[in-house]
Amino acid sequence: MKHSTRRAAIVGAAAVTALVLAGCSSSPSPSSSSSASTDTTSSSAAALTPVKIQLQWAVQAQFAGYVEAVKQGYYKDLGLDVTLVPAGSDTVPQDQLAKGLVDYAVAWVPKALASREAGAKITDVAQFFQRSGTTQISFKDKGITTIAGLKGKNVGSWGYGNEFELYAGMTGAGLDPATDVKVVTQAFDMNGFLSGDIDAAQAMTYNELAQVLESTNPKTGKLYTLADLNVLDWSNLGYGMYQDALWADTAKLAGDTAYQDTTTKVVEATAEGWIYARDHVAQTAADVVAAGSQLGLSHQEWQTNEVNKLIWPSPDGLGVIVKAQWDKTVQIAKSTKNGSGDTVIKNTPDADAYTNTYVDKALADLKAKGLDVTGAAYQPITVTLNAGGK
Amino acid sequence: MTRRVLLAFAGVLLLGAVWELYKDLGPATGVKVGELAILPRTTDLAMPHLWTILDRLGQPVSSLPGSLPLVVAVLQACLVTLGIAGAGWGLGVVFGFLLALLMQAVSLAERAVLPFVILSQTVPVIALAPLVVGWGAQLPAWQEWMSVSLIAAYLAFCPIAVGVLRGLKSAEATQLELLHSYAAGWWSTLTRLRLPASVAYLLPALRLGASSAVVGAVVGEVSTGTEGGIGRAIVEYAQASGGDPAKPWAAILGAVAIGLVAVGVVALLGIALRRFRRWEVAA
Repeated sequence: MKHSTRRAAIVGAAAVTALVLAGCSSSPSPSSSSSASTDTTSSSAAALTPVKIQLQWAVQAQFAGYVEAVKQGYYKDLGLDVTLVPAGSDTVPQDQLAKGLVDYAVAWVPKALASREAGAKITDVAQFFQRSGTTQISFKDKGITTIAGLKGKNVGSWGYGNEFELYAGMTGAGLDPATDVKVVTQAFDMNGFLSGDIDAAQAMTYNELAQVLESTNPKTGKLYTLADLNVLDWSNLGYGMYQDALWADTAKLAGDTAYQDTTTKVVEATAEGWIYARDHVAQTAADVVAAGSQLGLSHQEWQTNEVNKLIWPSPDGLGVIVKAQWDKTVQIAKSTKNGSGDTVIKNTPDADAYTNTYVDKALADLKAKGLDVTGAAYQPITVTLNAGGK
Repeated sequence: MTRRVLLAFAGVLLLGAVWELYKDLGPATGVKVGELAILPRTTDLAMPHLWTILDRLGQPVSSLPGSLPLVVAVLQACLVTLGIAGAGWGLGVVFGFLLALLMQAVSLAERAVLPFVILSQTVPVIALAPLVVGWGAQLPAWQEWMSVSLIAAYLAFCPIAVGVLRGLKSAEATQLELLHSYAAGWWSTLTRLRLPASVAYLLPALRLGASSAVVGAVVGEVSTGTEGGIGRAIVEYAQASGGDPAKPWAAILGAVAIGLVAVGVVALLGIALRRFRRWEVAA
């Protein structure tokens, strides 16, 4: 009896050990990176340069150009083995880059400039998004058709540096953000807006706006439509700041010729990915979902289309940093105070903050291939959203 | 044992009944004290019916052809997280146990280390996660999920170290004196008296450690951006909550299931150790 109990104890302990080990060995293969990275056979892998690009969130159509550059083999064609690194809730992409954990990072310009001021040595090498996708949306019955209409309302804001266009807009319209509106912290879903806690909610055209349009209006039993909403579009109202850009390591750009060369290639292949996404919206959405997005297909198709609108047309060329818009971003970042009285940056960024050197070279190559890098004739498509974005 | 399993099952059913009852009887706008919401809204947006969630589990994740049923995706994610949490729990058990042994053997170590074991739990995961990821990235062969396991281990080791230490010290003075009179050394006292006596404290400690490890794994996934697990699925599905409120709840159900499985595994361990388990302190 005594022995059998001891044996049972040993068996039990062995079972638990096995379970723990199984936990170790069934290593959840980093599905994120493996699904997104180029399929390299062992023979060709040696010849490819490994490159890690830090995204701002999970794989979604916001990063369609990168996803398609992987999927269509544009990186591989230029000798790169690119891994797209998804972000967590506490990941700061530009800091990952500054720490040397990744080779490039996608980041909004104002936030990256704040990190630069805090010491991050990074440079904007391609400004793929030419327009801001941030809006403040409200239901028609709230009557908020102008910025001044926000007066006395519950205004949603994400904070974390996503709020400066809103504050610049309110200040520009003569509102005092501290006293004229009630700023409400907004979660990353739209339930606060849908349930009426927030009168005017912050929404990216390519994400949260779609989340609202994928929701059922309890009054009609049908999905909400754009006709139900008033949209304050910061880009159109003149308060848009530069958003998604590709950032590189400043020191390596200065002295490392291999890194300079890789930078041109990354910009070139990514730009080609964005051109593909422009011309193949439905396919891009499917590829993004296949690459691991947990959001639905119609949501990703909407997102691809909306992101395309932020990029195209690019009269100066895809990814080119236009000085006037850059300066406007810097000016808003320097002068606008948020709810706690802070500005994004205190000083004008130095000359290393951006360069068109690599994007110019990349666009010259793409033009030589006969690709359209300005999208002058670009027309958005119309996307029908399904409930829940499915 | 069967009775305990049945009770656990009844507990889950009761939770479901409370959910539906509150949804049915509670005010649609929720309960607020002043500005502070103390009970949630009962709308379908905030609290979908349980059968809506179950129905959603049977449907595909997305409309992409070949998309898996949600239940399969959730179960896969649960397995990933269970593996991460299991590895973290194992690491936490080993580390916590060694720490407890050290503290028991050297009373100076107890006075020096124990406060820091407690203090360590006041470091929030959001501060810890970027550091762990940063350190890990500099090691060769380090995988993303190991960072999450390490976070889980960090949360799990504290209750284990404290519980095991109490257990090791729980042997009665008369028993210790008896062994002393036999001229038994530290090792034989440990194996013949202290360890068997500690089981009553060990099991609740392991259970607390298991639930901490699961919480650590879920939060760690969200914080570090490790994909494939249930924590990541919850935040990603939550973005669809406006139009598909059952989807994030399906993933939350998955997280609950992981917690139940983890505690169940520790219960099995308790069966294996039942010879030493004449009584047990409350967890």
